[in-house]
This record gives sequence, structure tokens and C-alpha cells, in this order.
Amino acid sequence: MASLKDLRNRIASVKATQKITKAMQMVAAAKLRRAQTAAEAARPYAERMDTILANIAGKVAGQAGAPALLSGTGKDDVHMLLVCTAERGLCGAFNSSISRLARDRANALMAAGKTVKIICVGRKGYDILRRTFAKNIVDVIDLRTVRTLGYTNAEEIAQKIVARYEASEFDICTLFYSRFKSVIAQIPTAQQIIPPQLPEAKTEAAAGTNTPVYEYEPEEDEILAELLPRNLATQIFRALLENAASEQGARMSAMDSATRNAGDMIKKQTITYNRTRQAMITKELIEIISGAEAL
Amino acid sequence: MASFQFELVSPARLLFSGEVDEVIVPGAEGEFTVLANHAPLVSTLRPGILTVKAGGDVKRLYVRGGFAEISEKGLTILAEDATAVEDVNLTEFAASVSAYEAKLAQAPSDEARYKMAETLFQLRAVQAQLGGGGATAH
Repeated sequence: MASLKDLRNRIASVKATQKITKAMQMVAAAKLRRAQTAAEAARPYAERMDTILANIAGKVAGQAGAPALLSGTGKDDVHMLLVCTAERGLCGAFNSSISRLARDRANALMAAGKTVKIICVGRKGYDILRRTFAKNIVDVIDLRTVRTLGYTNAEEIAQKIVARYEASEFDICTLFYSRFKSVIAQIPTAQQIIPPQLPEAKTEAAAGTNTPVYEYEPEEDEILAELLPRNLATQIFRALLENAASEQGARMSAMDSATRNAGDMIKKQTITYNRTRQAMITKELIEIISGAEAL
Repeated sequence: MASFQFELVSPARLLFSGEVDEVIVPGAEGEFTVLANHAPLVSTLRPGILTVKAGGDVKRLYVRGGFAEISEKGLTILAEDATAVEDVNLTEFAASVSAYEAKLAQAPSDEARYKMAETLFQLRAVQAQLGGGGATAH
């Protein structure tokens, strides 16, 4: 049986933990709001980019000499997995669910006899994946020093990937991130970015009705050469923003349940503490009374 | 004067959306003016100054590059970055130009060097325009 002092200490420590989790929850809530507005603000750009790309790609597709970034290398032997996770833990299953999706994909690809290469964005994903795929990880991109996520961060990652693609290090690139659906639901998502999957059915349907005959300045292939890397950066930027919002959402709900659990624990321990205290008083009274009676 | 829909978006957010009369776009192959009912066009942009005229208002913005798309719905500009000319910090701009110059010195290939030299030239031109004050309309 723990002494009264032990119980008091234990309650105090749980209370201190509860204060921390409560504070973390509130910080995550504030950051979530900011991340969510950032993710929503970035949406129009990505949407317009998709339309323009679909228009041009619809025209160039099938033609010989289309850029490799658009049509792929024609092989699917080497897969590049770009796994985006958070830099910090304590956010529920956020990091592990993205990593699990990536790991399952990597295992499936390797079972099919493909080569798998991994680039980790974010330290947490690296920590998890390095246990099983240490020799597959070719690069780790650290965003810990980045305070507010900017387009330039995504651009840097995109440049690295394009450089590797041009050196024919891989054939297909897939991006792993967590899509932000709501505070309680974040969906780990895999998206193929090289070659990009375009909404082809839509472009063809649109082409059937009224095709705007675009003029291009400069030529289509020159525009594509600029547009494709930028599209890649935009996709990565969107993934990073969605990830940031998801991370804060996941952290908020994880810390909310941690605070609630701490509350339950405090309640239970206070009851034990009070019972023990009463038992001690009763015991002392009995000792005094029986001592007096003996006289 | 007939007006048309104009949207200016950067990766971070939607910067402008509304009806305008005239937009002068710094296209990669020369500036062009967009009026209502312009033929569909897709163009890349070079670093330059974007002039937007709506009603009697004239707004001038510095854009660092991107794309312009003109369709029957109107003009959409996907800019990498856009700032109102009055808000451009000249010292910062000068610093970014000289940083670019330093990068040019260590370009990996002749082709890249040629491209970068062109961009540098355009940046210099913008710098001259910015330094010349907002009085020069074009």
C-alpha cells in the first residue's frame, strides 16, 4: 500500500502532465487554424495549374517527343517514394499511418521485383522507415529549421527530384502525405506525381464540346518544360500544406484525449487518496480509544 | 469599355479576382496588352511589371515569373510571386539581384548560364523601372 505522500506526489505529477497536454492542445488548435487557411488559400493556384496543364497535355499527349516528365520513361522498374511526414511526434497516429502506407507500398513493389528508392521529407518518417528500409533511403530533407512553409521549400524539393529524374535514377515517383479531411479524420494518401496522372476523361469531354484553340507563346514544348517542374512543386507544396494541417489536427485530438485521460486518472487517484486518509484517521482513533479503555 | 474577368493567383493565395478593363502582361517574348474578348492564349511570363487598369484605377505589380492563360472565361495569371510596385523593397530587390549574379558565376553549363544571364538582364530592367519611380507609364 502506497503511503499518503506517495499518492500526493503521484497526483501532482499527473496534474503537471495534464497542464502540458492541455497547453499543447490549445497551441495545436491555434496552429491548425493558420495551417487550414494556408491550405485553403493555396487551392486556387493548384486548380488553375491543373486546368492549364490538362489543356496543354491533352494537345501534346500522343505526340512524339513529349517531355519525359509528362509521358514517363516508358518503364516502371525503379520506383521513387517521396514520403512526407512531420518533424515532431506526439501527434497520434499521424506519422505512423503515413509511414505504414509507404511501407506497405514498398513491400508490395519489392515483392513484384521492382527497385524501390525512398526520399523522406521530415525526420519522423525517416526514423520509422530507416528500421526496415535503411538501404533504400537515398535522401532525407529536413524542414525543422523552416518556420513558415513557403513555396520555395517545395520548389527546392521539386528541383532535387527533377535532377534525379533527369539522371534516370527512377521511372515513377509517388508522393505520400496525409490529406486533411477534418480535425478527426486525416487520410494517408499516395499520389503519383511523375508521370502525372491527369484528369484525362474530363479534358476529352471538354474537347468534344468546344475546344478553345489556344495560341502558345513560346511554343508548347517550351511552356511544358517550364510548366511541368512548376506543377511538381505545386503538388509538393499542396501536400506539405495538407500535411501541416493534418499534423496539427492529429496533435489536437491526441492531446485532447490525453488531457481527458489525465483527468480520469486524477479522479481515480484522488478517491484512493481520500480513502487512505480516512482509513488512517480511523486507525489512529481506534488506537487512542482502545488505549484509553485499557487504563 | 468592355471589362473582363481577371484573376491573379500565387502559390500561397489568391491575390486578385475581379472585373478589369485592361491588363498589360510581361510575356516571355514581349509585353502584350489583354483587352476583353482576347483570343485564347497561353504564355509564360518573365520577371516584369504587370499593369492592371480597372475603371480609372491603374495598379502596377511586380511579378517574378509564371504563366498567363486567356480563355473565354477571362485572364488567369499564375504568378510565382507578386507585389505591388509601391511595396517592393528596393534594397532587398538589389540584394536578390546581386545574389542571382553570384549564382550566375557558378552556373553548371553554358545553356544554363545563357538562361540565367537572360533572367538577370530582365531583373536589371525591372530594377531600373522600379528605381525610376512610378511616373513612367507604359
